Amino acid sequence: MTVTTQLKNQHLLWRAGFGPMAEEFSQLATATHKSYVNSLFKASAKGPDMIDVADSAFKGLVMGVQEAGVQQQRPDEDQRKKMRQQSREDIKSLNLTWLNQMVNSDQQLREKMALFWHGHFASRNLNILYQQQLLDIIRQNALGNFGDLLREVSKSAAMLNFLNNNQNRKGHPNENFAREVMELFTMGRGNYTEDDIKEAARAFTGWGATISGEFAFRKFQHDDGKKTVLGKSGNFDGDDVLNILLEHKQTATYITRKIYRYFVNDVPDDNHVAWLSDRFYQSSYDIKELMKDIFTSDWFYDAKNIGSRIKSPVELIVGIRRALPMKLENEQVQLLLQRLLGQVLFYPPNVAGWPGGKNWIDSSSLMFRLRIPQLIYDNDEVALKPKDDDDQMMGMKDMPAMKGMGKRGGQMISANVDWETYLKKFDNVPREKLLSTISGILIQGVEPVSDQILNKYIDASSRESFIKTATIQLMSTPEYQLC
Amino acid sequence: MLIKRKEFLQIGSLATASLMLPRFLKAFERPAMVPPGNKVVVVLQLSGGNDGLNTVIPVRNDIYYKVRPRLGISKDQALLLTDEVGLHPALTGLKDLYNDGSLGILNSVGYPNPDRSHFRSMDIWHSASNSSDYVYTGWVGRYLDAQCAGCDKPTQALEMDDVLSLAMKGEHIKGLAMKDPRRLFASSNEKYFKEVAASHNSADASEKPVDYLYKTMAETVNSADYIFKQSRLHPSNAEYPKSDLGNSFKTIASLIFSDINTKVYYLSLGSFDTHVAQEGQQKRLFTEMNDAITAFVKDLKSNNRFQDVLLMTFSEFGRRVSQNASGGTDHGTANNMFFVSGGLQQKGVLNPLPDLSDLQEGDLKYKIDFKNVYATVLNKWLNADDKKILGSQFDYLNFI
Repeated sequence: MTVTTQLKNQHLLWRAGFGPMAEEFSQLATATHKSYVNSLFKASAKGPDMIDVADSAFKGLVMGVQEAGVQQQRPDEDQRKKMRQQSREDIKSLNLTWLNQMVNSDQQLREKMALFWHGHFASRNLNILYQQQLLDIIRQNALGNFGDLLREVSKSAAMLNFLNNNQNRKGHPNENFAREVMELFTMGRGNYTEDDIKEAARAFTGWGATISGEFAFRKFQHDDGKKTVLGKSGNFDGDDVLNILLEHKQTATYITRKIYRYFVNDVPDDNHVAWLSDRFYQSSYDIKELMKDIFTSDWFYDAKNIGSRIKSPVELIVGIRRALPMKLENEQVQLLLQRLLGQVLFYPPNVAGWPGGKNWIDSSSLMFRLRIPQLIYDNDEVALKPKDDDDQMMGMKDMPAMKGMGKRGGQMISANVDWETYLKKFDNVPREKLLSTISGILIQGVEPVSDQILNKYIDASSRESFIKTATIQLMSTPEYQLC
Repeated sequence: MLIKRKEFLQIGSLATASLMLPRFLKAFERPAMVPPGNKVVVVLQLSGGNDGLNTVIPVRNDIYYKVRPRLGISKDQALLLTDEVGLHPALTGLKDLYNDGSLGILNSVGYPNPDRSHFRSMDIWHSASNSSDYVYTGWVGRYLDAQCAGCDKPTQALEMDDVLSLAMKGEHIKGLAMKDPRRLFASSNEKYFKEVAASHNSADASEKPVDYLYKTMAETVNSADYIFKQSRLHPSNAEYPKSDLGNSFKTIASLIFSDINTKVYYLSLGSFDTHVAQEGQQKRLFTEMNDAITAFVKDLKSNNRFQDVLLMTFSEFGRRVSQNASGGTDHGTANNMFFVSGGLQQKGVLNPLPDLSDLQEGDLKYKIDFKNVYATVLNKWLNADDKKILGSQFDYLNFI
């Protein structure tokens, strides 16, 4: 396959973002990928606004609890139930708001990077304040310094609570936090011993968070004795341990390798990873420079890296919405899609995040992926039922959706596709080139389904319906699952 | 139908012999029922953390009644199995199975360092991993990897659901989820999908992502066809309750009576997460479970297949020993499992009830690792290499 300029640009837009937007279709073939790289980094230069969706009454309740805590009062069960419900609803808003950012923001690179870190620093936590705080840390530092990011995440209420560090006390260590910091956040397995974990756990004693989510160092719970971690000895605290981990080149290698597998190819090229991680380490963990190294390398645009990645459910949903501008009457349906496809933002399967790749695909998830474009086109109903998540629902049934229910008890997609904008993008394309033009935009790096089959299922009665149905049919193929 | 030699040997039952008949011969008669001998496992997951202490009730234990003044089930309400052990009042059919010698109850099943998050603990049960490891494959899925390399259809393990569970996902092969064979058939039988699925030539063994996608698609289309046909060979005409679970069990029975190659069926019921108002919730779910299992067993018996089917229940954790202040119980640790089969080697209450005077921070201590149960089922019932599938050797239990 020849790697055309257009293919290179689309490759970049899919990896450093969530794919091309309808508006930019016409520039894809002409702009150089260097100019795309520059504008991606430029657009993401500025720190984003915090996404704050927490209900103010909820915040008030939390503050109330915090003050009451000082007076040794606990909220009653009714109050706690209300807080849990509110929090759960707010996490849904956080999910949808962030998803909208991924679709609409110019800061494509930042949001994509944030999605990567969201899986890397995976935390299941039912408290909206902690969740939106962790998301903010990740979005602010997404392209910053990995050391800063690691430190802030490690001091976040979401992570300290999720990994039980509030229970890590002098004389009664809880090793969970220390273990995951080493195994999943920095060095990876096989680069430290169980003793290193035990000693590191002692250094993290006393690290906790207040109810409202502030980091708290509890001096009287901290073990200030001497520890030996990875061959270094001293009266370490948590920050010292994080510094020791960052000093180890293995951390740069581990992170680079993971980033390579996420942004370039699931099968890492050892030479490329070694070159990148050397530079990453030398730059003292400058994430932006690492990403620049990747996106400006010739090998990034090699044919074997294009279309080699199975889109995650979030990439798939966001990608469709970018290519096909649409208004969703029932935004909540996106939560249902996430659940059915196996990736719900803020509910990673465990601290190791989403495994990705082929793990996204089984017979049910694949057939449902192939059906989504048609459901959007027909404004149809999603008649499938996701599994319950008892951590979220605490034994309650899912809230019945007030609107948007279909005849078969499923939720309606209720999407208003702005076909006018989409159709316009093909105004200058001659009829005989329409199909190849559309598939050139939608399909990355693999041969699309043959024209012969497509033509059987495309409605050629008018130019308009041709473009519409060709788009839907191409999106309903295995090839469209790749980017 | 082309059946690979390896697969034939592995299924290892007379059932497959009928597959070897030329098609034209089969067409003349309604195929005979599968003769006995083809062992099948049905896993019933009680999602949400079922309260084991109100399932199998220690009716002579003072501690039980002391810490559960409101929720404790009294000796006269419980369905007594022995003078020490009673079942939840809704489990009448299971009591009959006990009398019949086809129920086994295993107490205090769990794992070291238990996790109280539903999702994580379920993850651990599904993947059969240690609580400090994160494994992306499930125990049934790895059974498929070991047994089914080269199979053309992932129908050896079926889940009655719209979404496939981690338990069913192997490294190379994944089971298939469906609620209803007819619906699965209708949805994957769309002409466009069939034609697209057939268009890809992935002879190339490298298995790029695109080949993997096409392989999954083709398998789904083939399987949907196959499952639908099998489900109509000997559809059960027995009475089942009109619940989701009842429908699923009826579908499973129909498939068991056909010559389908399915070895593991997976289904779930929930939510048992009874933090509040436990009594009504647990009773409602148990009634659904009891009625569905009763109908299923009756159906299997009258078709002479009960000795070949092992039904087992599990939940991601039990609940705390003490009741909470809201008429419910909170997340706990070890729990009991039921085994229902006409082919049990050991019956009744298989091991002592949990010791309520020896707790760990208010929770039961586990006595049997659930991986011992998996090893037993894999080895003794499914004739599989449990050590390879579970990653290490776990001792076998004697109930089968």
